[in-house]
Amino acid sequence: MTTLVHGSSSAGSLRKRLKDRAWQVAGYVTTPLVPSDYLDMLSPLRTGADLRARVVEVHPETRDAVTLVLRPGGSWRGHVPGQYIRIGLDVEGVRQWRAYSLTSPVERTDACIAITVKAIPDGVVSNHVVQRVRPGDLVHLDQATGDFTLPASRPEKVLFVTAGSGITPVMGMLRNHLHELDDVVVVHSAPTRDDVIFGPELRRLAARGQVRLVEQHTDDEGMLDAPALAALVPDLAERETWACGPTGLLDLLEEHWDSRGLADRLHTERFRPTVVVAGEGGTVRFTGNGTVVESDGATPILDAGEAAGVLMPSGCRMGICYGCVLPLREGAVRDLRNGDVTTAAPGDGVRIQTCISAAAGNCDIDL
Amino acid sequence: MTVLQKKSENPIAHLTAEDIEELGRQLDAIRAQVVASRGDRDAAYIRKVIDVQRKLELSSRAVLLFSLFPPAWLAGTAGLSVAKILENMEIGHNVMHGQWDWMRDPKIHSTTWEWDNASPAEQWKHSHNELHHTYTNVIGRDNDLGYGIMRVDEDQRWYPFYLAQPLWNFINACFFEYGIAAYDLELGKNLRSKKRRSSPEFKARGKQVLRKIRGQVTKDYVAHPVLSGPSFLPTLTANATANLVRNLWTHSVIMCGHFPEGVETFERRSIQGETRGEWYLRQMLGSANISGGRAMHIMSGNLSYQIEHHLFPDLPSNRYQEIAPKVQALFEQYGLRYTTGPLPAQVASAWAKVIRLSLPNDFVESATKKLGRKATRPAARLLSLVREATEQDADEVTDDREPDLVAV
Repeated sequence: MTTLVHGSSSAGSLRKRLKDRAWQVAGYVTTPLVPSDYLDMLSPLRTGADLRARVVEVHPETRDAVTLVLRPGGSWRGHVPGQYIRIGLDVEGVRQWRAYSLTSPVERTDACIAITVKAIPDGVVSNHVVQRVRPGDLVHLDQATGDFTLPASRPEKVLFVTAGSGITPVMGMLRNHLHELDDVVVVHSAPTRDDVIFGPELRRLAARGQVRLVEQHTDDEGMLDAPALAALVPDLAERETWACGPTGLLDLLEEHWDSRGLADRLHTERFRPTVVVAGEGGTVRFTGNGTVVESDGATPILDAGEAAGVLMPSGCRMGICYGCVLPLREGAVRDLRNGDVTTAAPGDGVRIQTCISAAAGNCDIDL
Repeated sequence: MTVLQKKSENPIAHLTAEDIEELGRQLDAIRAQVVASRGDRDAAYIRKVIDVQRKLELSSRAVLLFSLFPPAWLAGTAGLSVAKILENMEIGHNVMHGQWDWMRDPKIHSTTWEWDNASPAEQWKHSHNELHHTYTNVIGRDNDLGYGIMRVDEDQRWYPFYLAQPLWNFINACFFEYGIAAYDLELGKNLRSKKRRSSPEFKARGKQVLRKIRGQVTKDYVAHPVLSGPSFLPTLTANATANLVRNLWTHSVIMCGHFPEGVETFERRSIQGETRGEWYLRQMLGSANISGGRAMHIMSGNLSYQIEHHLFPDLPSNRYQEIAPKVQALFEQYGLRYTTGPLPAQVASAWAKVIRLSLPNDFVESATKKLGRKATRPAARLLSLVREATEQDADEVTDDREPDLVAV
């Protein structure tokens, strides 16, 4: 009886089809809006809505770092320890997206997740989080992603090398996997003892013998270098290593592991956002058809694209009608009218008027 | 009014080229100050307006489920009319202008917003943002000067069709959202020749409009009435009334923007090589404000600050009130007329123009002159008057194109 084999899946797809149809009919009532535009007003965390989270708790970790406990909406798909989420917050009215590692146990009874944010100098979002975010705030979210995670078969010996906020993905792994790991060494750098995020918890774990904790207080002891690390952890060649922290630290670790032919035993997660330095002109890449144009700092991207044969939307060509708006996926552009620079990293959702923007560095335009 | 370039007393004759450029710099500074200070307060404003509008619409439509009961019909229709006006004016028009793009919210963005109106956002943005705001009040370029069915300036050529323009204006007002859709489609121009009618681009745009209309009509005249069960018919009339109220209100407010006495029009040639300062100046002289309180400002979508809007179409609408005193000060500094007035006065002024210009220029003068000279046979006399008036008009015309008739 061949029909029975597909019975359950066809019932499932029938249910889905009916649901889609019901949604479509609901659309007749709400058009030109869609039902979720209204439902979002009543229940923004429901399953099926865009992913959002409610801030449940904000508690300080150090003088410049706070932990946010978030209750994600029903669409949340869970995470693997070590992964990160992108969080979208409105700062001074503008939607900003940043990535932060998840530090929470996967099996929390309250189904909440947690991230820890450290304020960096001039950091727009990190300072907003540390100073302004309150319980009850609604934030936008992306599903957990990243491969800075433990393999299914846990390694016998593990080394975690971290600095500053780089401890966060490692904390996520420790809070979830420590009972499965026999031999863990954590080498963490921070300016002073009080600046060590999760310091008390880490020291408790060390006191109980669950990890070997090495703290490098860089204000007094200076920065960690490869020979110092090798001295601290003589058997580092036998350890599967995860490292997270500033570029300087990761660069020197990668060099050290490479030089010993151990590159595949080192896993790194780079935290520093790609710092976009605005210049004059650059390479403009149109991501849709791959056209690449060299453009100077005085030519509108609209003109540069059209000169290269790209079919670009346009309007008044003087910045008032917004008929030329396109996504700036990545890079920097300068407003030719007043010199304002706009930068974007992937996922920021930045859109620009191409008729009054010139390349201020390399940039990717989605077209 | 006639184009500024042909006036005996040119309102900008006292300005030098350097004056105009300095004016431009001062206006740029006002804009820069607003751009630099956009933030939380502004974002909270538009989110609040959207929230209030959606709640008002939802509750009005809920009340209309019981529209069989006259109080429910009245309350629901009133609420829905206000909700539609808010959505079109303060929210839709302004979001589509890019005023809120800076927030990077994909749901409140000029590239994604679709408004509660028969005309698709994409086509509205083309005819309004791009054409009207670039060629504001230029005879022969800005079709908002009469929408193709009326003449609103002595320098627009007169045709007998315009004799009935008060009626066309009234009909347009009643069905304004469809008038806008037809206008955005350039229906008059495109239906006239077979080539234009069958062009793939026109057909695609026509389909887009029909699809939008279908959604709107289904929502207001099928879906919600059906949901109302026994109140089917009253809900249908309620929705039709709300649409009518929205049409009449928005039409009136929009007429006040560029038709009242005091607003200047411009010759097509005059904008060749126009500098930024000259563009600003044309916006200042080609627009008119409406005076009033907070209710006026929000219900007009802040087009009560039409002058400020035309100077800075992409600044958040809640800021126009704040910069109006600075803008007015510049008018004074440069000896320019800041055209404004209460709503009834401005609407009356606009209608008076529509009525006056339904007749050929100087019709009354030449009519009385002829009547005085000639003798008997009134009918023949009347005919010759009309003929002479139109011949006289042809000598003065600068715009050679036929009007874009929406419906012939």
